[in-house]
Amino acid sequence: MTHVFGIPVAVILGQLMLGLVNGAFYAMLSLGLAVIFGLMGVVNFAHGAFYTLGAFAALLGLQWFGVNYWAALVLAPLVVGILGVVTERLLLRHVYKLDPLYGLLLTFGLALAVEGTLNQLFGSSGQSYPVPKALQGTMNLGFMILPIYRAWVILASLTICLGTWFLIERTRLGATLRAATENAPLLQAFGVNVPLLVAATYGGGVALAALAGVLAAPVIQVTPQMGSSLVTVVFAVVVIGGMGSILGSIVSGLTLGIIEGLTKVVYPEASNIVVFVIMALVLILRPAGLFGKE
Amino acid sequence: MRTAGFFYALACLFALCVPILGIYPIFMMKLLCFAMYACAFNLLLGFSGMLSFGHAAFFGSAAYTTAWLVTAHGWGSVPAILAGVGISAAVGWIIGVIAIRRHGIYFAMVTLALAQLVYFVCLEAPFTGGENGLQDVPRGSLLGVLSLKSDRVMYYVVLAVFAAVFVLIRRIVHSPFGQVLKAIRENEPRAISLGYDINRYKLLAFVLSASIAGLAGSLKALVLGFTTLSDVLQSNSGEVILMTLLGGSGTFFGPVVGAALIVTLQEYLSDIVGGWVTVIIGGVFVACVLAFRRGVVGELAALRLRG
Repeated sequence: MTHVFGIPVAVILGQLMLGLVNGAFYAMLSLGLAVIFGLMGVVNFAHGAFYTLGAFAALLGLQWFGVNYWAALVLAPLVVGILGVVTERLLLRHVYKLDPLYGLLLTFGLALAVEGTLNQLFGSSGQSYPVPKALQGTMNLGFMILPIYRAWVILASLTICLGTWFLIERTRLGATLRAATENAPLLQAFGVNVPLLVAATYGGGVALAALAGVLAAPVIQVTPQMGSSLVTVVFAVVVIGGMGSILGSIVSGLTLGIIEGLTKVVYPEASNIVVFVIMALVLILRPAGLFGKE
Repeated sequence: MRTAGFFYALACLFALCVPILGIYPIFMMKLLCFAMYACAFNLLLGFSGMLSFGHAAFFGSAAYTTAWLVTAHGWGSVPAILAGVGISAAVGWIIGVIAIRRHGIYFAMVTLALAQLVYFVCLEAPFTGGENGLQDVPRGSLLGVLSLKSDRVMYYVVLAVFAAVFVLIRRIVHSPFGQVLKAIRENEPRAISLGYDINRYKLLAFVLSASIAGLAGSLKALVLGFTTLSDVLQSNSGEVILMTLLGGSGTFFGPVVGAALIVTLQEYLSDIVGGWVTVIIGGVFVACVLAFRRGVVGELAALRLRG
């Protein structure tokens, strides 16, 4: 059994791994999008830009201040999260009462500005971020060669996704958050500081995106455009999964990543578009999305 | 009403005199193409309440079709433009059928994703020239009678097409069909309960908008003589939204003003500030949403109503 349909098993497993890595990023980003949308009714187009900022924060931290990978895993999301809170307080909070389309347009403008600024400051060519020493090298599992860093990305993002799920569905803070999603004015009447909660949630959501950016930095080239190409795919993932459910966005993110990886084995030309094609099919068969209710 | 009439007369006079005034005709033609594109977009956003985030797919697919037929197959300009419009209508129909199944924010995301699909097709298809696009597209002639080589002749042709499209859009909006679209925009459940097959209306509006956007794309390919990936890029979809919003969505002349502002900004500002233009455009976007949602023409109209 070294070949399936004439394709070496090692190749399939390798692409499966890559697919899982991408799927983990989709899951982390669509998770943040879902939480932000649930609470604020804003589809955060700038999510990709915050992901890019996370990767740049890690890269520049290393180049300018010698901040290592492990510290960057904490510091970059923190910095970007604070930036998110500031963005929410200064700009986003003015559009909650308007048609949700304005939130989308505002964050699109933000994304353009961030991408343009990074492009001007650091150029559009990619820079690489070194894999940290402890995670370098590969492991031979007998049936495939496993790059340790990729395994770490999958493990780390799954833990983060499940942790977020636990935080929202099983803790008191999460219960407050869900209550705000259901009925914010009532919660405020109970004495909860809802505007603070909203700002913190936005900060948390984009910090998650930044964390994905740091995790991604060593496996991809860090470019100003890395987020904008990703965010479109994540939107498609969100349309497929529906934005209502947190587990739904994790599951659909991972699944679509795997499907994309396998497409690369079978028909590489279609790997860029397979997610969009699936989205179209889902919309034709189940217009509300797989887990969604509209 | 009288001020509007006076204003249109002034705009017409200016447009007719452009070559005499010594304004660079290629710049004006580009401006008119983008104004047409924004008017097409406005038909959807302003008059039917649907925000498409994928209009570059129609603009670009038509531009590629026309450029490819002219360069590789020696088609005349008019049939090539018609073919471009036909293709963008077809792409619009396919995307429309899928996208109108969802509303509002989801509609925007679906159009964005499907337009990205069109982008990848244009990137990888064998006849689109990949990263280089299609260069040296000849303008040809108007049905073999009138050569379009001269910028001045081409300008008047583009102007005539633009004027026709502008009148057509006014006609559509003021027709019974346009009124039904408005009803759907204002209150969809009500329109359904009145017995309108709203999906048919929405789809037709979508295809119309896509076709006009396609016409603008085809003309742009001939005017500038090239088509590249930037025509199908997400940022192109974003720019047309900004033009419409900045000028005033839901007004007839707003998109034209918005297109004029943005194209001028890009043309002249990029010489001074270079790549920072994208940042400025992003900033204008944010400012528009926060403080200027009615757009230039919308704000002016509101001022006049008040005063």
